[in-house]
Amino acid sequence: MAHQWDSPQMVKGTGVRWSAFVIYGLLMFFAAIYVLPLVVMLLTSLKPLQEIYSGSIIALPHEWTVKPWIDAWGQTCVGLSCHGIKGYFWNSTKMTVAAVILSTAIGMLNGYVLTKWRFKGADLLFGLILFGCFIPFQIVLIPMATLLGKLGIASSTPGLVLVHVVYGLAFTTLYFRNFYVAFPDELIRAAMIDGAKFFSIFFRILVPNSAPIVVVTVIWQFTNIWNDFLFGASFSTGESAPMTVALNNVVNTSTGEREYNVHMAAAIIAALPTLLVYIVGGRYFVRGLMTGSVKG
Amino acid sequence: MDSSTATAAPVTWSAAGRWLQRSLPRLVLSPTLVVSLVFVYGFILWTAYLSFTPSKGYPIHELVGFLQYVRVWNHPRWQVAIHNLAIFGVLYIVLCMALGLLLAILLDQRIRQEGTLRAIYLYPLALSFIVTGTAWKWMLNPGLGIEKLVQGWGFPNFKFDWIVSEEMAIYCVVIAGVWQATGFVMAMFLAGLRGIDQDLIKAASLDGASLPKIYRRIVIPQLRPVFMGALIILAHLAIKSYELVVALTGGGPGYATELPSTFMYVHTFTRNQLGMGAASAVMMLLTIVAIMVPYLYSEMRGARKQTH
Amino acid sequence: MASLELLNIRKRYGELDILKGIDIAVDAGEFLVLVGPSGCGKSTLLNMIAGLDTVSDGEIRIGGRRVNDLHPSERDIAMVFQSYALYPNMSVKDNIAFGMEMRKVPKPEREQAVRDVSKTLQIDHLLDRRPAQLSGGQRQRVAMGRALVRKPRIFLFDEPLSNLDAQLRVDMRTEIKKLHQRLGATIVYVTHDQIEAMTLATRIAVMRAGELLQLGSPAEIYNRPANTFVAGFMGSPRMNLIPGTLKSEAGALHLEIAADGAAPARVFLSRIPEAARAYIGREITAGLRPEAISDKLDGGSADGRPVIEAAVEVTEPTGPDTLAVLLLGGREVTARLRPDSTLKAGDLGRFAIDLSKLVWFDPGSGARVA
Repeated sequence: MAHQWDSPQMVKGTGVRWSAFVIYGLLMFFAAIYVLPLVVMLLTSLKPLQEIYSGSIIALPHEWTVKPWIDAWGQTCVGLSCHGIKGYFWNSTKMTVAAVILSTAIGMLNGYVLTKWRFKGADLLFGLILFGCFIPFQIVLIPMATLLGKLGIASSTPGLVLVHVVYGLAFTTLYFRNFYVAFPDELIRAAMIDGAKFFSIFFRILVPNSAPIVVVTVIWQFTNIWNDFLFGASFSTGESAPMTVALNNVVNTSTGEREYNVHMAAAIIAALPTLLVYIVGGRYFVRGLMTGSVKG
Repeated sequence: MDSSTATAAPVTWSAAGRWLQRSLPRLVLSPTLVVSLVFVYGFILWTAYLSFTPSKGYPIHELVGFLQYVRVWNHPRWQVAIHNLAIFGVLYIVLCMALGLLLAILLDQRIRQEGTLRAIYLYPLALSFIVTGTAWKWMLNPGLGIEKLVQGWGFPNFKFDWIVSEEMAIYCVVIAGVWQATGFVMAMFLAGLRGIDQDLIKAASLDGASLPKIYRRIVIPQLRPVFMGALIILAHLAIKSYELVVALTGGGPGYATELPSTFMYVHTFTRNQLGMGAASAVMMLLTIVAIMVPYLYSEMRGARKQTH
Repeated sequence: MASLELLNIRKRYGELDILKGIDIAVDAGEFLVLVGPSGCGKSTLLNMIAGLDTVSDGEIRIGGRRVNDLHPSERDIAMVFQSYALYPNMSVKDNIAFGMEMRKVPKPEREQAVRDVSKTLQIDHLLDRRPAQLSGGQRQRVAMGRALVRKPRIFLFDEPLSNLDAQLRVDMRTEIKKLHQRLGATIVYVTHDQIEAMTLATRIAVMRAGELLQLGSPAEIYNRPANTFVAGFMGSPRMNLIPGTLKSEAGALHLEIAADGAAPARVFLSRIPEAARAYIGREITAGLRPEAISDKLDGGSADGRPVIEAAVEVTEPTGPDTLAVLLLGGREVTARLRPDSTLKAGDLGRFAIDLSKLVWFDPGSGARVA
């Protein structure tokens, strides 16, 4: 009798129903725990403040309201200015888009050079560059702050773009290098015989066949840069702060009444871009995670 | 078939063209190398240098040996931070690995909704730590969050005010951290499980092994590399943990949830103690290096052995 | 002037000598096959000719011109790869035209050249497809088209048929041979398959461990191999290499074959070449192809061929003939018998040996002595 022996579970045909119940039960339980914070945030952001104080966190709103969202976007106070988080949202957008494009493009060229143009010491250089993935960024905060000050781009979006590109290069180089290692060398050789030179090979052969890794890298970089807080908080306060810094500011102000609904709305707005990217590009997101976890 | 010979004539290059093609790879790589040298290695050296100076609000250029390190280690906040790092680190790693493995094994049973469930367990990774911290801070809010919810279910004496308790606040950080990172570990284990040779399992079950035994004796030992990889990554994340604490507890109550990362930040940017901040950053770096170097070394040795 | 000259080519990787001094001259229109077991250096040599690998020592000349320092695209060569190496993001048409595009050949000429080549190779109906949509044989032809369109001085083939299934391999082999005959192209072809080597080549270079063991026509390689390795490598089933002792008793010359403990067998030799006479009284290795041992005795006389009696161990009917493993003086020897032979395992049979096909090797060095 031939079975489709896909998993150990199916190997033993007995007791399937009982075990399936346990398995599903556990999975659902954990799924509920995972979804809970998001649901709570959503519900809280749609309730008027009195309901928050009177009801429980998972109670549905009696009176649905989107005012917290409008407040969060345009009116809530971030530090001293009370124009909502929209300005900071745009800061993050500008910063992230620029940094993602730059770090991805340079990483792509690096991966190409390191795998298809082996020269003496290429592996060593790769190792040197790779080290940048591992360092705790606290170690560079002080010198970077000083440098940005000296260059006159402290507390500015270009400054943050520089920081994110510089420290993103190690990751993007890793991603592209690992992908291009598996890219058939014979294609490069055929192109060389055909007379293609360094950049022709890159633009005509390599790039058009790099779609999967570009998507993975862009998703990974976008998520990390958008979600960053440490660099934003260290190098950019005030008007040029990114979304995460603004959010933290909104949520942790201890003056006045705590508008939890506005806080939650702001948090969801801050999370939306990366959540959307995750939902749309989920498969590539996972691939990015896995690549990032394979060292060297 | 007599097309013009121009279609086939070989090209000859100029000497300059030849030189360019030979040097282009190095030229293209050099900006990144320079960036690496300056912004990674250079900055590390700079910070290390500062850690040996009596710098306060701005750099002071004298060398005072290990003074700052001594000051850091004697500082009560640092001691709390180290203590917290130990608790947080161990719990974070153990719980993430255990839960991640469990979820991966459950999902490996060819569940119909595997894709959806996987997406649910993984989405927290797409969130900023600040968002996660905000959400959990709200849920753990004593008086309005889970405490109130459970009380409303008929347990009026239920107390869940860990987040404002000096002793228990760190465990809140654990909860939020584990919630965020378990999905990642699960994905790693799932990939590992899927990579196990099915023939081994078939052979074992033909030998009459029960399901738990198959998992215990065959599957889990095969996952050793995944355990190692997950361990390293989680340790890495734990040491770097900063945003989570900031959003969840702000380091508080008081400094009860202080971690080395928050200690460093506060002393560098708020308390004008550049020397101490630098020293604490150097120690964070050394801890990570101490974990990564043996791991990388053994990985590379293993890889080299395989290629022979 | 030869089309391709390899002058004392050496290749070193650190301490390791990959190629130990290869000298080959290829004339225009020749089909040279580099054949040998994996690791012998044949692919490395091909890559060096192409310019994809550097030369440690020695000179490569194409059309009389030294090319050691020239980029592959400057050497007037084209290459067909084992994995075809078709650009996945381009159509068949663009794949073939890519080289011309790089050389800035004007569009109308490119298109004409593509049309001509694709008609020759019968792929003109595939021009707008992508490589992923083609079968293995079609991809192979596109790869050849890309090479043909360059009209190079030398074509290089790197095990182009290894990825095809058996039947397709035979068909494509014939295609390549026809193409060679029609174009009169100069070809250097690398393979590990000795049948491809025998059927395609005008000359074969047998290599092992970085050395050129023998360079000659297929007939030379087959009938007069330079040493026991070449003898055993080329031809399937392999040549029988029978250790024995040359003895002269009472004026009659014979080869005595006796494995330890077995009853000796004697093959009487009416004549042996002059060079082999030095081995009389000593051990020698006799090389005999299976087809030289036959059960066609022509009514008992076997017209002068020595006849031996031997036990049959195994018979393998192949269709066109029957291969039989015989025990001769305790040694296993393969013979090619008539397809309708009725011998079976355990039978004793009588077989005639064609002395003109006998080759003699020194038992120590393995080199052919006669």
